[in-house]
Amino acid sequence: MSTTYYLLLSALLFSIGAVGVLVRRNAIVVFMCVELMLNAVNLSLVTFARINGALDGQVMAFFVMVVAAAEVVVGLAIIMSIFRTRRTASIDDANLLKY
Amino acid sequence: MSLLLLAQDAGLPGGADTGLGEGIAFWILGPVALAGALGMVFARNAVHSALCLAGTMLSLGLLYMAQGALFLGFVQIIVYTGAVMMLFLFVLMLVGRDSSDSVVEVLRGQRAAALLFGVGLAVLLVAAVGRAFTDVTPVGLDAGGANWNGNVPGIGRLIFTKYLFAFELTSALLITAALGAMVLAYAQTRAHAKRSQRETVEARLRGEHARISPLPGPGVFATANSVAVPALLPDGSIAPESLSEVIDRTDVQPAPVPSPDDAHALTGRPHSDRSGHDASTPHSVRGGRPAPDQNGSRADAVEGADR
Repeated sequence: MSTTYYLLLSALLFSIGAVGVLVRRNAIVVFMCVELMLNAVNLSLVTFARINGALDGQVMAFFVMVVAAAEVVVGLAIIMSIFRTRRTASIDDANLLKY
Repeated sequence: MSLLLLAQDAGLPGGADTGLGEGIAFWILGPVALAGALGMVFARNAVHSALCLAGTMLSLGLLYMAQGALFLGFVQIIVYTGAVMMLFLFVLMLVGRDSSDSVVEVLRGQRAAALLFGVGLAVLLVAAVGRAFTDVTPVGLDAGGANWNGNVPGIGRLIFTKYLFAFELTSALLITAALGAMVLAYAQTRAHAKRSQRETVEARLRGEHARISPLPGPGVFATANSVAVPALLPDGSIAPESLSEVIDRTDVQPAPVPSPDDAHALTGRPHSDRSGHDASTPHSVRGGRPAPDQNGSRADAVEGADR
């Protein structure tokens, strides 16, 4: 088994996440699909760090995790405030920027 | 040097060549991760999606550890499956977990196009990666490599030297994100302003409520403050709004009016010439220990207690 399999798994996970973002209508599930795509990229970063024999890829994956955590917090707060005013979590219903 | 050899013998993860154990781990965890991802996309219930994603992230964390990224593996488990997924579940419970997806397609054929796009993307990526990395020999991170002193010290050295500025910037990012979440999720906006005391009074006087004052509490002007006793209006009648719907209505017993010269009124002991009147009220019974020579009044008192 070679390290290429990790990259293939990462590619498959990324594609599944992309399909989920396009297919699902619940904003929270769409958000989870974005998280899956970030995780897939993290897996490939870790694999590249191993292939290169340097830890820079792991540090980059670490920064990706930090940014993803911040993104989750702000995104879920936005979803909550939209739900509070519109009573829906569907991304089809949020078609106006105001009111 | 002997420690290094020992580490080599123990087979630190993330080596140049993948051993048998790592292969087994990959072929167990990889399908689990794929199944979790597919389950997340195709589960109708959002909570099931979240749980599937938690499984995927857990197995990804284990794969990180198998590749020598011990720190990232633990951070993945703690931050993602611990914190982020719990945050997702909390928001799901707040938003309503039965807010399932609408099956209606807003754009015609969008789902089929998305599936086609996904399959095309997967084929392209897999083909490109498979062709580009056929004869790659990984350098490896284990003993003698970048992990020679341990994974966490290596990452710490990089973070606090080469990537120090970026690391400091992440603190600003995290503070901004926390502030933004507080501002966005703050419930008391102008649309949902809480009424002040003055506004409540004005609303009452404007007639938004059924009556201006609160309901009279039980026993305000009554002789007892028990819930069973209704409030009396200033003219002595019973305030009907003070009657509890739960407790059965009880008759108001008039309190005995003691004469000022009756020294026995305070002790509750019936006076000899008023015993017949007082024995009919419970007040005469309460402290009633009549003198032995008042047998008749005592019998009356007991009879009143039986009543």
